[in-house]
Amino acid sequence: MAATTPNIFEARTADIWRLSGRLRRARLPWIPILVLLLILFCAAFAELISPHDPLKINVLDRHMPPGESSDYLLGTDSLGRDILSRLIYGARTTVIISFVSLIAGAAAGTVLGLVSGYFGGWVDAVIMRCVDAALGFPTVLLAMIIVVFLGTGTINIILAVALTFWARFARMARGDVLAIKTQDFVTLARITGVSTPVVIWRHIFPNVVNTLTVISSLMVGQIILLEAALSFLGLGLAPGSPAWGIMVAEGRDILLDVWWLSVFPGLAITIVVLAFNFFGDWLRDTLDPRMRQAQ
Amino acid sequence: MASNETILRVEDLQTHFFTRSGVVKAVDGISFDLHRGETLGIVGESGSGKSMTAWSILGLVPQPAGRIVGGKILYQGENLLEKNTAEMREIRGKGICMVMQDPSTSLNPVFTIGNQVYETLRMDTRQSRASLRQRAVELLSSVRIPAPERRLASFPHQMSGGMRQRVVGAIAMSRGPNVLIADEPTTSLDATIQLQYLTLLKEIQAQTGAAIIFITHDFGIVARMCDRVAVMYAGKIIEQADVLHLFDNPSHPYTEALLRSVPDLDDQTDHLPSIEGQPPALDNLPAGCSFAPRCPHVFAKCGEFPPEFEIEPGHLARCWMRDGSN
Repeated sequence: MAATTPNIFEARTADIWRLSGRLRRARLPWIPILVLLLILFCAAFAELISPHDPLKINVLDRHMPPGESSDYLLGTDSLGRDILSRLIYGARTTVIISFVSLIAGAAAGTVLGLVSGYFGGWVDAVIMRCVDAALGFPTVLLAMIIVVFLGTGTINIILAVALTFWARFARMARGDVLAIKTQDFVTLARITGVSTPVVIWRHIFPNVVNTLTVISSLMVGQIILLEAALSFLGLGLAPGSPAWGIMVAEGRDILLDVWWLSVFPGLAITIVVLAFNFFGDWLRDTLDPRMRQAQ
Repeated sequence: MASNETILRVEDLQTHFFTRSGVVKAVDGISFDLHRGETLGIVGESGSGKSMTAWSILGLVPQPAGRIVGGKILYQGENLLEKNTAEMREIRGKGICMVMQDPSTSLNPVFTIGNQVYETLRMDTRQSRASLRQRAVELLSSVRIPAPERRLASFPHQMSGGMRQRVVGAIAMSRGPNVLIADEPTTSLDATIQLQYLTLLKEIQAQTGAAIIFITHDFGIVARMCDRVAVMYAGKIIEQADVLHLFDNPSHPYTEALLRSVPDLDDQTDHLPSIEGQPPALDNLPAGCSFAPRCPHVFAKCGEFPPEFEIEPGHLARCWMRDGSN
């Protein structure tokens, strides 16, 4: 073998190609993916695609039913604001709050779970009792308590949601670490003198990533629901902000007469949560090696 | 090749496990010397404390239950039990390293072989990616991996068990340790690959001058590989000697019985002698000689714990039958 040319790169491309082949063959869930892309698109380009300013009050056109005017496709609310535009801007609120809090919660939970599982002993006991406490509260109640303490506002909501959800990541990561840390490759790393932080980061964390990806995608739905619930209860953003939960709340007193106020944002929440759940299920089936073998 | 310089001396090492049901004396007062370039075999049944001896030397006794409660481990004259975590990490890999039993789990499934070889190579010197690659290729070819350049990009699951075990060997040797502990490295390989691997270990030893502690339960491997042997039973070394002396003149009934239970191809027999009974539970050892309950020659004196009797220079056995004083 006179292979003097470096071919790491070639092998890498081949691996990526094979992985993408596996994804292609795995029958992508197109509907959820399209829904999610649409939501991301709305969030990213809300200024460009929304027909009206979501905050512009126009009392003359209030309570206009959907379809009556081609100008207001989904009708207007009690202050004459365009529902479609508010939905589009609401997508931005939802995406920012749920993704940032997901990342914050997942990062904190994962680090704590890795530490807890790897070191065991009293460190594990302390962290896991905190996890138990966090999981013992109903999520909405816990988030409400935190918001009441911190006050409303985007950052505080993100904090509240992250503080509510970190525990699930911590518990999952810890469980995986317990299984992985007894494997010989971890021991071999320690035998060759690798330091503890490097063992955790390089040898254990990459083996936990799959699980975390899957629960993240399944968790997004719940986070969106939580954010909507907080907004609905008036603990989210300022009243009148374009957020789906707030919009549902605004229409609830006149639901029977002016149904479109609550129904459209409600539908938006349902569809997005469903899309994330279906996508998460698919991701779990694809990434789980046991499922992969069964195919 | 084996010199008289002692690189590792274990003195009265005791590693105990504190469990709910009591104290398990996994290693119970063992002593041996390892000289530079020599191969010491540690033989014994499962649970006799062989592997725990290895973990104790590396300072990786399973926590929190296990603890080294007594003795000394002197590596190049320094007691490893007095070292702190950082100092111990310096010794692991660079001074003492180990190859484990199962090659299928010894490599991280999510990284390429190259990635894992680089990791240990990078620890001692900062070097460019090209020179790192160069060293990794040399290392892999030293363990007879065909087409090492290409193998750097393979993942562990793309290689056979024998190949993986050789990669593990390469990683273990990458920092040039003076002592290599091989804990049944060939148990999960098939026979032809076993032989290749053992030959390879011998070659690496000849090149690097490393001392090897070879943990096994296979006397065939001991005969092929080792200069000296220590036979362990219930956490103690009951006999140690040069290989030839041990095979010629086994001086402990347990060693004798073990050697008898190795099948002999020249001897047409359909019965393979076995040792009656079970090894004792390590949390409830009998007083006196721990082999006494299974020993065919047991007599009154066996109720006392036997000291090491010298059979000939360098050949020690813990059996009252070898007591020269009466």
